[in-house]
Amino acid sequence: MLGRLTIDALPFYSWIAMGGAGVTVLGGVVIFVLLTWFKKWGYFWSEWLTSLDHKRIGVMYIALALLMLVRGFVDALMMRSQQAFAYDSGGYLPAGHFDQVFSSHGTIMIFFMAMPFMTGLFNLIVPQQIGTRDVAFPFMNSLSLWFTSSGAGLVLVSLVIGKFSTAGWTGYPPYSGLEYSPGVGVDYWLWAVLISGIGSTLTGINFIVTILKRRAPGMTLLRMPLFTWTVLVSSVLMAFAFPALTVATGLLALDRYLDMHFFTNADGGNMMNFISLLWIWGHPEVYILILPAFGVFSEVVATFSRKALFGYKSLVFATAAIGILSFSVWLHHFFTMGAGANVNAIFGIATMIIGVPTGVKVFDWLFTMYRGRITFDPTMYWTIGFIVTFVIGGVTGVLLAIPPVDYLMHNTTFLVAHFHNMIIPGVLFGYVAGLIYWFPKAIGFQLSAKWGIRAFWCWIIGFYLAFMPLYFLGLLGMPRRMERYEIAAWQPYLIIAAIGAAVILAGVVCMAMQLLVGIKEREKTRDLSGDPFNGRTLEWLTSSPAAPYNFAVIPKVDSLDAFWKMKVDGTAYQRPSGYTDIVMPRNSSLGVIAGAFSFVLGFAMIWYIWWLAALSLLVIGIVVVVRSSMENTDYVITADEVAAIEEQRFNDLARVPRHDTGDPAASPQAAPAPGSAS
Amino acid sequence: MSADVAMNPQRRGPEEEAYEERAFGFWLYLMTDAIIFALLFATYVVMAPNIASAPAPKSLFDLWHTAGETALLLVSSLTFGVATISMIQGKKGQVLLWLAVTFVLGAGFVAMEIMEFAGMIAAGAGPGGSGSLSAFFTLVGTHGLHVSLGLVWIIILGLQVAVKGLTMPVTSRLFRLGLFWHFLDIVWIGIFSVVYLPGIM
Repeated sequence: MLGRLTIDALPFYSWIAMGGAGVTVLGGVVIFVLLTWFKKWGYFWSEWLTSLDHKRIGVMYIALALLMLVRGFVDALMMRSQQAFAYDSGGYLPAGHFDQVFSSHGTIMIFFMAMPFMTGLFNLIVPQQIGTRDVAFPFMNSLSLWFTSSGAGLVLVSLVIGKFSTAGWTGYPPYSGLEYSPGVGVDYWLWAVLISGIGSTLTGINFIVTILKRRAPGMTLLRMPLFTWTVLVSSVLMAFAFPALTVATGLLALDRYLDMHFFTNADGGNMMNFISLLWIWGHPEVYILILPAFGVFSEVVATFSRKALFGYKSLVFATAAIGILSFSVWLHHFFTMGAGANVNAIFGIATMIIGVPTGVKVFDWLFTMYRGRITFDPTMYWTIGFIVTFVIGGVTGVLLAIPPVDYLMHNTTFLVAHFHNMIIPGVLFGYVAGLIYWFPKAIGFQLSAKWGIRAFWCWIIGFYLAFMPLYFLGLLGMPRRMERYEIAAWQPYLIIAAIGAAVILAGVVCMAMQLLVGIKEREKTRDLSGDPFNGRTLEWLTSSPAAPYNFAVIPKVDSLDAFWKMKVDGTAYQRPSGYTDIVMPRNSSLGVIAGAFSFVLGFAMIWYIWWLAALSLLVIGIVVVVRSSMENTDYVITADEVAAIEEQRFNDLARVPRHDTGDPAASPQAAPAPGSAS
Repeated sequence: MSADVAMNPQRRGPEEEAYEERAFGFWLYLMTDAIIFALLFATYVVMAPNIASAPAPKSLFDLWHTAGETALLLVSSLTFGVATISMIQGKKGQVLLWLAVTFVLGAGFVAMEIMEFAGMIAAGAGPGGSGSLSAFFTLVGTHGLHVSLGLVWIIILGLQVAVKGLTMPVTSRLFRLGLFWHFLDIVWIGIFSVVYLPGIM
């Protein structure tokens, strides 16, 4: 009846695990009680959970990402504090528990922090930026959200019921096979990754179609804002790379569930196949995450330098080139696993070549700032901090791309330092900048700039303290993922790294303050214009937060930086002659239901509760069939309702001053930057 | 590009655009599925020699059985094409008839595949026998699973045609099912050429 689920699944094996489980359960109970107390279940269900509005889906994605950021960060704190103390002693984490912590840290940060954060930004901004009312497939969008959430839910539940994987976030066999990991841990990892991966594939398809088919009239490909370009390339990569993850994890599941021999040691298995398949997904994944962050930086740099982006076309081509090259380098993840010198050389060179378009981008951002009229908004802090730090990470990456050097440093903390050096500034800083930048657009008021700058300084100082020592430790030969060690020379570095983690903790606290103070001062910073930063792209044309239909009248585009041109021409806020009825997708509970049952399906499979798995699969199938047979999934916002909303909008607009749109690059004091896009 | 546009060359309102978007989205889905199959093919090619102590899949293939499966599937693609032509001509009865024929042929294919798998398992060559057999059963079985889902889909759309008639949403769904069905044919040709032919020749 309950498969292998028994009372032993509860985390009585360690006080720390019980504490984590307690916090998780308590958090869930608190949310449940608060929603019940304030009688918000109905509101929450009908306005948020079942919403097909891309903006609300975006907000929910980001809320999920921030929750998981905190969870993943707690894991990081545990590892840093353990390693700071574990010289010649056991520290406070038993070995098996430490292994769960590093596995869940990586899994959470990639799949359930970075991916939802990124998808949230896609959803918030892309339809508004390309001048359309919604994504191409709103229901599928909701399905993607709830698949991702159900994967995240499985990881959270693993802390309370059973254990998480100890095989690292990449789950290499044969260790992750049944022979060496017979427990539920790897199964939690497998199902979390499989289910959320399907959500990501669907998101990729959704945004490719949205961007290619739904742009406002006149917005040719080379008039698309750079963020939209990076989302397009990133979505193509998602659609092409995530199937490889599905295959890798699917085959591992077949090994574990049906006693097959894809990746076993004996009986004709070949574990290198898993590693190859995993990185065919895994390397493009790095660029899936980083390209949209590059898009955010591009928007931020242009807006806050008050200039058109320097070398727009070179940025587009560099983005596309990175997208293509990202599929040609996956083997550098296993230089040391016996591929031979020639193969290693080819993949080493391919890896280094990716640095070229990335370098092009860095120079484009710098030239955009050059002779710009820079405003030091918190987003600009994150951007400049990113450029400096990311270049250091790029240099260490080129070092690792040299196979003989990689032989020396693979699986040491040098590698750990390198990829955190890419992903923290390159991905997280970008998403945080994007969140601050678009927060007024999504919610209607600004975050606290003061606390935002404090958060930035804590993060960047903490980052250097936490990860620079790991480079040195790597050169001293410290392997990654050690829960204890006997070499005294390592400890001072690890203590500095732990202090760095504590400084980042202060940064996380500042971020929370940024939000809380922002909420407290919301009346002061409420955004009536819809354009708080003097923006250049179409999303700033809508109100903040935008009406359900985004644009009452779809704008016409005749240049790059379409909104800026409208402001310069004085056509940005003209009243249309009239409004028409607008058809929008109606809310649907089917997405939540399918997501909930995908969670049940994963849980049942993990614990071998076959009847429940079959039942939930059936429910998901029925949901898909029912939804795909429905004809009337829309509702109509009448022209009168649109007129009322827009009337309010024009009243708001009349109350705020207009931005200055004088172009510093065009003024006589400053010569136009060479080659700047018009 | 889509059948909807072919049917209404004059009119392309927002509805038609939505159907075109769905067709495009479905093409993209098929590309993601094609990548799954491509990787399963690659896995099979790499693992085919890893027979360990189990019988080699190649020694278990039967040319006539595979030929029968191939004939059923290819003819079913043809009959689906006839159903599509009837759909464009607006002949509801004909559409239902040819969908039924397609279903029978597809079901025959799945039945033959199940027979083949059962025979191999009985001969001690199940999916757990060796890496080679795991890769064979997974690649061919994934295709068979797709065909089975296609059969369920034919039933659902057949019911929709019968109840709702050949309305725009239904024909647009039928068009996408057609893409799916022909796609499975192409994958089978790959399986025939990469898995069975080298085994039999």
